[in-house]
Amino acid sequence: MADIQKLETIASQVRRDIIRMVHQATCGHPGASLGCADFFTALYFEVLDHDNDFNMKGENEDVFFLSNGHISPVWYSVLARSGYFPVEELATFRKLNSRLQGHPATHEGLPGIRIASGSLGQGLSVSIGAALTKRLNGDDKLVYCLTGDGELQEGQVWEAMMFAAHHKVDNIIATVDWNGRQIDGDNDDVMSLGDLPGKWATFGWDVLHMDGNSMDDVLKVFSEAKSRTGRGKPVVILMKTEMGYGVDFMTGTHAWHGKAPNDEETTSALSQLKETLGDYPIN
Amino acid sequence: MINIESYGKKATRNGFGDGLHEIGQQNPDVVALCADLVGSLKMQAFIKDFPERFFQVGVAEANMMGIAAGLATSGKIPYTGTFANFSTGRVYDQIRQSIAYSHKNVKICASHAGISLGEDGATHQIMEDIGMMKMLPGMTVINPCDYLQTKQATIAIAEHYGPVYLRFGRPSWPMFITEDHKFEIGKALQLSKGKDVSIFATGHLVWEAVEACKQLESEGISCELINIHTIKPLDEEAILDSISKTHCAVVAEEHQILGGLGGSIAQLLASKLPTPIEFVATNDTFGESGTTSQLMSKYGLTSSNVVDAIKKVLDRK
Repeated sequence: MADIQKLETIASQVRRDIIRMVHQATCGHPGASLGCADFFTALYFEVLDHDNDFNMKGENEDVFFLSNGHISPVWYSVLARSGYFPVEELATFRKLNSRLQGHPATHEGLPGIRIASGSLGQGLSVSIGAALTKRLNGDDKLVYCLTGDGELQEGQVWEAMMFAAHHKVDNIIATVDWNGRQIDGDNDDVMSLGDLPGKWATFGWDVLHMDGNSMDDVLKVFSEAKSRTGRGKPVVILMKTEMGYGVDFMTGTHAWHGKAPNDEETTSALSQLKETLGDYPIN
Repeated sequence: MINIESYGKKATRNGFGDGLHEIGQQNPDVVALCADLVGSLKMQAFIKDFPERFFQVGVAEANMMGIAAGLATSGKIPYTGTFANFSTGRVYDQIRQSIAYSHKNVKICASHAGISLGEDGATHQIMEDIGMMKMLPGMTVINPCDYLQTKQATIAIAEHYGPVYLRFGRPSWPMFITEDHKFEIGKALQLSKGKDVSIFATGHLVWEAVEACKQLESEGISCELINIHTIKPLDEEAILDSISKTHCAVVAEEHQILGGLGGSIAQLLASKLPTPIEFVATNDTFGESGTTSQLMSKYGLTSSNVVDAIKKVLDRK
């Protein structure tokens, strides 16, 4: 049985890391990073059967691909906090000669990253490829993938959805961060996603819903999703999150999609997020 | 003296199909994907013998590149198959991010390259693909010249770790490469020794260059013909060695003059050994419908164009 309180404690530190990284870099994407902090914490500290002694191929372990690479701060924080690389390295985010590129990349050899992402729409295809390898190899572990919701406006995602259903790729759990916002505003104003659950279902996916800012619900739905794998259908979780969750002035708006807080805003944000595991040092 | 003879005709894409089947037998990690062009890419033999290692993706090339990147990440050696246009321009960003930047072991196999595909017209006749692919850091670019060399290359790229663009064509084409002509990635293949002019040719234009050399030798001009099947990485040593003897060059390719093999060789020679060069290539144009021979002739890609280029460069020497 998962210790929800422990996971929430970690998520609070992850949110602090996000604010501090983006503030120090004076750029980056805090909004959806904060919104997805509970998801990532649950994934890496509870859900994934993974080896933090990183192996690119990911044989006989669950693997995760981030398609909406701009939320790199939350991923970097969770990877560091779960032991993939030293927490101190978070201070190099977006700096010259860093392994923590603005968007995730394999090029600098950061453990935990298996493919570059940033240009949207590609991660679900990549995840399906990794799932096909597991099937060919008789490896019964799972492939997880996260996409944004605005990202679903990319046509390639729908190509991938079609493929997974047609080829019965049932060892994959995709999640959509359905926060309803994107750079230029609400999804409904920029480019409506319409009946999103209906669309995934019509494309042949088994659709689940998750409250991405309730650790309890995140764990329950992940557990349910796992139980739905291996049944001939790919599984998707439509995860409702609040962009900026945990920092009051960053919620209720799309303004913090890709903007760093100033000194004053950072102080305010950090005062709302408990330091639980120790902040990484900033030189 | 050039001593190259044709022993029949077959399309280079058949070399891909046969090579894929052979490497499929040798290497269980090889998998193949196709975007609804199995017959055109001659992939049937692989599919018949290894159905579980083949993935039909439908008309969805972007997804195909992403899936290939995922398969490569987890240790497979994916070969993607579609036309050259849809293997490059249509999916450039997918290749750039998920394959090249991420340094994935994906083999992008592109048929119907260039103008020689014929009647389908300019929508399908890509002549910018070498340029796009050679600009990607870490990408190996190979354009074999006949059936056997395409087969050799298809097999060889499985042993090379990293992204590869393998370019071949539709039409039936003279076969002249023999088992004695060993294929090595990045190693130019000398087809004749000469002292007056160096001809660097790739793809279908190698045969046109063979014919041009034969004609000119009968006129007393000594031609050194070098087949550059690997455009990137370029065999700089072979090119510089040849030029240090002949002091002039012709580059022949079924591609745009901008961004092709000619550009790579000109860049090399400008910095290391400035040399008069002439180019046989299409000149900043799209193609059109027509038969292969009509198009090669209209767009200046025949042996007589190679002859003219050689005479011109000799005058400039």
